[in-house]
Amino acid sequence: MKNKNIKFVQGNEVCVEGALYAGLDFFAGYPITPSTEIAELLSYRLPQKGGKFIQMEDEIASMCAIIGASLTGSKVMTATSGPGFSLMQEALGYAIMAEIPCVIVNVQRGGPSTGIPTHVSQGDVNQARWGTHGDHAIVTITASNHQDVFETTVDAFNISETYRTPVILLYDEILGHMRERLLMPEPGELPLVERLRTSVREGVDYHPYLPREDGRLPMSDFGGVHRYNVTGLFHDMWGFPSDNPKIVHGLLRHLVDKIQNNVNQIARYKEYFLEDAECILISYGSSARSANHVVVSRRPRGERLGLLELQTLWPFPYDLVREKCANAKYIVVVEMNMGQIMQEVRKAVDQPEKVFLANRIDGVFITPTNIRDILRLIQGKGV
Amino acid sequence: MAKPKLKAHVINREWCKGCGICVHFCPKNVLELDDTDKVFAARRSDCICCKMCELRCPDLAIEIETEQDD
Amino acid sequence: MAIKDFIRERFFPHIWCPGCGHGIVLNSLLRAIEKLGMSKNEIVVISGIGCSSRISGYVDFHTLHTIHGRALAFATGVKMSLPELNVIVPMGDGDALAIGGNHFIHAARRNIDLTAIVMNNRIYGMTGGQYSPLSGYGILATTAPYMNIDYAFDTVELATAAGASFVARSTTYHVQQLTKILRQAILHEGFSVVEVLSQCPTYFGRKNRAGSAVDMMEYFKNHTTPIGSKAKKDHPDLIERGVFVEKEMSEYCSEYDKIIEKAMKGRT
Ligand SMILES: Cc1ncc(C[n+]2csc(CCOP(=O)(O)OP(=O)(O)O)c2C)c(N)n1
Ligand code: SF4
Ligand code: SF4
Ligand code: SF4
Ligand SMILES: [Mg+2]
Repeated sequence: MKNKNIKFVQGNEVCVEGALYAGLDFFAGYPITPSTEIAELLSYRLPQKGGKFIQMEDEIASMCAIIGASLTGSKVMTATSGPGFSLMQEALGYAIMAEIPCVIVNVQRGGPSTGIPTHVSQGDVNQARWGTHGDHAIVTITASNHQDVFETTVDAFNISETYRTPVILLYDEILGHMRERLLMPEPGELPLVERLRTSVREGVDYHPYLPREDGRLPMSDFGGVHRYNVTGLFHDMWGFPSDNPKIVHGLLRHLVDKIQNNVNQIARYKEYFLEDAECILISYGSSARSANHVVVSRRPRGERLGLLELQTLWPFPYDLVREKCANAKYIVVVEMNMGQIMQEVRKAVDQPEKVFLANRIDGVFITPTNIRDILRLIQGKGV
Repeated sequence: MAKPKLKAHVINREWCKGCGICVHFCPKNVLELDDTDKVFAARRSDCICCKMCELRCPDLAIEIETEQDD
Repeated sequence: MAIKDFIRERFFPHIWCPGCGHGIVLNSLLRAIEKLGMSKNEIVVISGIGCSSRISGYVDFHTLHTIHGRALAFATGVKMSLPELNVIVPMGDGDALAIGGNHFIHAARRNIDLTAIVMNNRIYGMTGGQYSPLSGYGILATTAPYMNIDYAFDTVELATAAGASFVARSTTYHVQQLTKILRQAILHEGFSVVEVLSQCPTYFGRKNRAGSAVDMMEYFKNHTTPIGSKAKKDHPDLIERGVFVEKEMSEYCSEYDKIIEKAMKGRT
C-alpha cells in the first residue's frame, strides 16, 4: 500500500513542509536562485491555512517585514541565497538586538558577488556567523538529507522561540534542488515550541526585556495590553534606549550568553563509527553525504574511518569536537569552501596540525572520489 | 457657544526650551520670555484663548486652561 | 483623553533642539490621535533612524524604533500580520526618501493601509547637517560646502505617481490644518502620505542663514498657499498645502484576505 506520508520532493519543498509543520504564519521574501522554490511554494500554501505571504521589493525589506510580523505574534521566515543574505545583515543584527524570533533560510550558492548562482557552495558559513556588525552570538543549523532538513527546519523555529533569536538555516544548492524521499512526520510526532507569552496582567508593569531566571523572555504581542518600545539601540528592561555602561554591558552579555551558555542544548550532530576511528571526517550539509559514503564504503575493508556530521555550525560545539576527536590520528574536514569550518575544528582540537581539509571550491559537488583522493594524499599513499 | 474664559496659562518650566515660537506667533502679544528664557504670560488679560501657543509649542510646555475645558 | 495621556512623560523634556519642528509634528499628531478616540492598544508607531524617528519613543503606543530607512518595511510586516492595528510611520526626509526611497514607493504602490509622515526638514539632522534628497538645488550643507547641485524630489508628486491613495502636505506653522490632515490620513483606508515641512534651526537654519525656528516658520507661512489658490497662479513658486489625492482604492490587506478565501476554497 502506498503511504501517503511518503513524498519524493526537492529539499526546498521539504523546508516548506517543515516550516508549515512548525506553525509558520508569515513569510516575506524576494526571489533568488537557488531558494526561489521556497517562496513560490509558500505563496501557494500559506494562504490555504490562513497564513500570509508577501513578495517584498528586496531582501532588506523581507527581513524587516518578518521582524515586524513576528512582533504581532506570528511565526515567521524568509528565504534567500548569498547576495540576498548579504542585504539582510543589518536587519538580522536588529533581530538579534531586539530579540525577535525569526528564521532565515540561506540556500547557499557560490560567491562572492553574483558568483555562480546555479551551483553549490558552502561559502557563507562565516558570513552566517559574522555577517552583521558588532559582537553577537547567532544560531546556524543545517542538514544533509531531506528527512533531516525537515527536522532541522522544525528545530530552527523551536530554537528561535526558545531563545528569542534569529536562527539561520544554512542549506545549499544541492540540498535545495535534489529530489529525495521524505517521510512526513505525523502531527504531534515532533515537539513544537510555542512562543512564551507574559502572564503579567493589564495595568501591571511589564518588563519586556527583563529575562526570567532561566534566561527566557516572555513576550507580549503588539496589539496586546502591554505597550512597550522595541529598538535596535542598547535598551533597558522596558525597551527604552540607554547608554548606561552597566546596561550596555549587561545586555550584550545577555545576548551572547543566552546562546553560548547553551551550546550543548543547541548542538545537533550525528556520528558514524567514531568509537574506534583513526581518521575522523567532519562534515555538514550536502558534503556530509559524500563523506558518509566514503566512511560506509571503506569500513568493510577494515579502514578505521568515522564521520562526525555537524548539524549545528553556530554556536560551534568546540567541546564536542574536541571530545569526539580526542583519539583520532587525523581529522579531515570535508566542505565546499576554503576551510571555514576547518578553522574552527583547528581551534577545538588539542593538536591542530592533525586537521586537514578536503574541499572543492569550483561550484562542483565534492564526490566520495574527491575525498578518497585527498585521504590518500594525507596518508602518504599518493593519488 | 460662549467665548472661552481664561483660567490660566499653564507653563511647564522644566520642558520649555525658550524657542520663542509661542511668543512670536501669539496674535495678542501676550507672552514673553523671562531672563532665564522661560515663557510667561506678561499680558494675561489680552489673551483670547485661541490656543495657538499650545498647538505650536514643540515641547508641549504651554497649555491654555479655560473654564470651558472642565 | 488629554494629549498628555498619549505620551511617555518620564522622557520629557525631549531630546530635540529648542524650536525643532519635529516637536510640533509630535504635538499635532497627538491632537489628531486624541480626536480619533481609538484605544492606545490599537495604535502602533514605527520609525526609522534620525532625529525625527525619536518620536516613537515619546508616544505611549506600541512603538517600534527600527533601522535607518526601513520603517515602512517593518510596518508592512506588522500591518499585514495584524491588519486591525492602526500603523503610523513617521520618518525623516533622508530616512523616507534616500535610504528608504524604495520601500516608500513600493508601500505606496501596494496601497497598504499605513500612515506615512515625512518630517521634511531638508537636511540630515541627526548626523549633523548633510544634504538630503529633499534639500534641493542651491542649498548649503556640511557635505555641500560650495552648494548642493542635487535636485530635490517633490514628495507629493512622487507619492502620487507611486500610487498612494492619500497624499497631503502641510507645515509646522499651519498646525490646525496639519492636525486635521493627520487625522484624515490615519482614518484613510490605504497608503497615506503626509509631508510636513519642518524646521531644523540647528543645521538647516544655520547653514543656510534661514534664521531662527521662528524665522523658518515665518517662511512656511509666507511661501506656502492652499492648493489651487489664486496666489499660486500669481506666484508659481509658492508651495501648495492641502490634500492632493484622496481616492478609494482596494487596500492591500483586504485584497490579501480575498486571496486567503480563494486559497481556502481551493482546498475543500
Ligand atoms: C544604514 C545607515 N546609514 C547611515 C546611518 C546614519 N544616519 C542616521 S540618521 C541619518 C539621516 C537622518 O536624516 P533624516 O532622515 O532627514 O532625519 P532627521 O534627523 O533630519 O530628522 C543618517 C544618515 C544609519 N543610522 N544607518
Ligand atoms: S513654544 Fe514652548 S518651548 Fe517654545 S518658548 Fe513657548 S512654551 Fe517654551
Ligand atoms: S491662547 Fe492665543 S492669545 Fe492666548 S497666549 Fe496663547 S496664542 Fe496668545
Ligand atoms: S538637529 Fe535639527 S532636526 Fe535634529 S533635533 Fe536639532 S533641530 Fe531638530
Ligand atoms: Mg531630515
